[in-house]
Amino acid sequence: MSNQPLIKVEGLRKLYPIDGGVFRKPSSFNHAVDGLNFEIGHGESLGLVGESGCGKSTTGKMLVKLFEPSDGSVKLQVGDSYINVSNIDRNSRKDFRRNVQMIFQDPYESMNPRMTIFDIVGEPLAVQDIGTISEREERVAEFLEMVGLTPASSFMFRYPHELSGGQRQRVAIARALVIEPAFVVADEPTSMLDVSIRTGVMKLMQDLAERLNVTYLYITHDLAVARYMCDRIAVMYLGKIVEIGPTEELLSNPRHPYTKALLSAVPIPDPRIKRDAVQIEGGISKAIDPQPQCRFYARCPIRDEHCKTHDHPPLEVKGNGMQVACYKVPVE
Amino acid sequence: MTNSSSNRSNGGSSVWQARWALFRKSAAANWALFAENPVGLIGLGIILFFLLLVILHPILLNTVWDPNVYNPINGFDPQSPVNPAPPSARHLLGTAPQGQDILSQLMFSARNEFILAVLAATVTVTMTTTLGAIAAYYGGVIDNVIMRIVDLVIMVPALSILIVVSGLFELSIVQLALVIGLISAFGASTVVIKSQALSIKVKPYIEAARVAGGGDFHIIFRHLLPNLMPIALLYMMFSVTGAIFSEAVLAFLGLLEVDMSWGIMLNTTRNLGFILDFSNRWYLIFPAGLSITLLSSAFYLVGRALDEIVNPRLRQR
Ligand SMILES: Nc1ncnc2c1ncn2[C@@H]1O[C@H](COP(=O)(O)OP(=O)(O)O)[C@@H](O)[C@H]1O
Ligand code: SF4
Ligand SMILES: [Mg+2]
Repeated sequence: MSNQPLIKVEGLRKLYPIDGGVFRKPSSFNHAVDGLNFEIGHGESLGLVGESGCGKSTTGKMLVKLFEPSDGSVKLQVGDSYINVSNIDRNSRKDFRRNVQMIFQDPYESMNPRMTIFDIVGEPLAVQDIGTISEREERVAEFLEMVGLTPASSFMFRYPHELSGGQRQRVAIARALVIEPAFVVADEPTSMLDVSIRTGVMKLMQDLAERLNVTYLYITHDLAVARYMCDRIAVMYLGKIVEIGPTEELLSNPRHPYTKALLSAVPIPDPRIKRDAVQIEGGISKAIDPQPQCRFYARCPIRDEHCKTHDHPPLEVKGNGMQVACYKVPVE
Repeated sequence: MTNSSSNRSNGGSSVWQARWALFRKSAAANWALFAENPVGLIGLGIILFFLLLVILHPILLNTVWDPNVYNPINGFDPQSPVNPAPPSARHLLGTAPQGQDILSQLMFSARNEFILAVLAATVTVTMTTTLGAIAAYYGGVIDNVIMRIVDLVIMVPALSILIVVSGLFELSIVQLALVIGLISAFGASTVVIKSQALSIKVKPYIEAARVAGGGDFHIIFRHLLPNLMPIALLYMMFSVTGAIFSEAVLAFLGLLEVDMSWGIMLNTTRNLGFILDFSNRWYLIFPAGLSITLLSSAFYLVGRALDEIVNPRLRQR
C-alpha cells in the first residue's frame, strides 16, 4: 500500500428532477450534491457534517453505488489501481462489493423483520458466496462477539424485534464488517439511539476500525460526534463542501462563516477552544436551480456585493491544511 | 463445546436445526392465534370433514360397499329398481335418477373439489406473488403490461371468461384449475400484492441487501416474496372459494368434462327435469347444493381467520 488515497471523489453531482414525468423532460432540478471533490486516505476517518437535507446521505449512497451520480466520479483503490465505481465490469463489481459496505441510520427499518440475526449478519457472505454455511456460522458468531453481543449463540437465531436499538445497531456494525471491507460509509449510525448508549457504539466503531483497518466516511449532523470519530471533517451546505480539513484545526479555528455558526450551536466542553457566537438566520432549504452566487449567501452574516454577483466560491487552500470555499476568508 | 464442534463438522446442521426450531415455534404461535378464533376453527372443521369423506370413499368401496351397487358413476342396485329413490337404510341419501348411490357420488366428488381447489390456489398464489413482486420491483414497462392485463381481467367477470373458455374447449378438472388459477392470478389480489410489494421495496433493508451484494433475484426471492407470503396465503383461501363455486356453475351448465362432481350431480338432476320438484326430490338437490356451499364457505372462513392474523389490527381484543 502507498500513501495514495483509498477513495477519490471528483466533481461528484446528483441532481434530482423536480417535475417532469413520462411525457415531459424535467425543467427544474434539486442540486442535492453539486460538485464534490475530496479524498479519503487508507485507515482515515472522514466526517461529513451538515444540517439535515444538505446532501450527506445522497453523497454516501453514491459512494456505495446505491445511487448513480449525475456527473463526476468515485474511484476506489483495489490493489495497485483504481476502479471507477459508476463504470464497473463484472470482476471489479465483485471487488467493489467485497470492499465497500454501509451502516444505515435506522437500526429498525434496515433489517428484514423475517430474517434471523444470523441471516442478517451473514447476508453479505451468503450473497457473495463466501464459505460454507458452517464456516459462515462461525464467522458470524465471531463478529457478533466482536461487537459485544455475547454469547453469540444467544443472539444468532433471534429476530431483530427481539433486540434493543443499541443491540440492533451493533448487529448492523457486525454485518457491515463481516466481509472485512476496506471502506465503510456510516450514515448517522448513532442518531436514532438513546443518548446514553451512543458513546459505547461510537467507541466500538473506532476500536473495530483500528483492528480491522477500516476507512470510514462518517456522516453526522453533529460536530461533537464528528470530533470524537474523525481525523478530518468536511462541512457541507446545500450540496457543496464549504470547508474541509483536520478535525482539531477545523474546530479550534473555523474559517467559513457557516462552520462558525454550526460550532456556536454545539457546546464543546473544552476551555481551550474559544469562539464567538455567530447567528445565522433562516433554515436550510433546497438548492433548486440555484442562482450563480454563493450557496450560503442568503444566511451569511458577512456577505457583501461581491458574493452576490459572483458564482459560488471555489474550495481553496487557505492555510494549515484547511480548504475553504469563501471569498472573504483570506489565504494565510 | 463438543456438541457444537460435532455440529459444525456435519455441514452446518446446527443452522438448519435452529431454523427448524424457529419454524416450529412460529407455527405454534400462529396456530395459537388461529385457534383463538371460532370462525377459523369452524371452517377448518368443515374442510377436515370433507377430507375425511375423500379418504373414506375408497375404503368403503373395498369393504362394505359392493362396487357394482355403489360405484358413483355407473353403480346400480337391483334391489331398488325404481330411481330416483328417497333415502333408505341401503342408500342413506337416496339414489340418483340413473340409480347410483348419492352418498357415494357425494364422497367421490369431494376428491375432485380438493384437486381443483389445491391446484387453482397454488397457481394463483405463485403467480400473483411473482407478478406483484415483479411489477413493483421493476416498474416501468413491465409493470404497465402486467397491470393493464390485470385491468382487463378485472373488468370482465371471471365467470363469463370461464364460460367462454369451457364452451370452446371441454375442460378437465386439472385444466379448469389451471384456467381459474391463471384468471385469478391477474385479478384484484395482484393489485393488493403489488401495493404491498411497493411498500416493502422502499424499506432500507432492501438497500442494505443491495450493498451486501445482492442482485435483483436475491432481493425478489429473499426479501420481497417472504414478506408477501402471508397476504398471498390469505388470497389463496379466497381463490379456493371462487374455484369451487365456478366449477359448480360450469358443471351445472354442462360445460365441463368431469366424471363426477357436485355440479354434475345438479346438472343431471336438472337435465332430467327434477330440479323444480324440490319438495319430492330434495335429496337430489340438497346434498350436493349444501356441500358446495359448505366447502366453499369453509375456505372463506379460514381466509377470514387468517386475515386477522396477517393484519393484526383487525384482531379485536
Ligand atoms: N431519492 C430521492 N429523490 C428525490 N430527492 C431526494 C432523494 N433523496 C434525497 N433527496 C433530496 O436531496 C436533498 C439531500 O437529501 P439527503 O441526501 O437525504 O440529505 P441529508 O442526508 O444531508 O439529510 C434533499 O433536498 C432531499 O429532499
Ligand atoms: S462567499 Fe460571501 S456569502 Fe459566501 S460564505 Fe463567504 S462571505 Fe458569505
Ligand atoms: Mg441523511
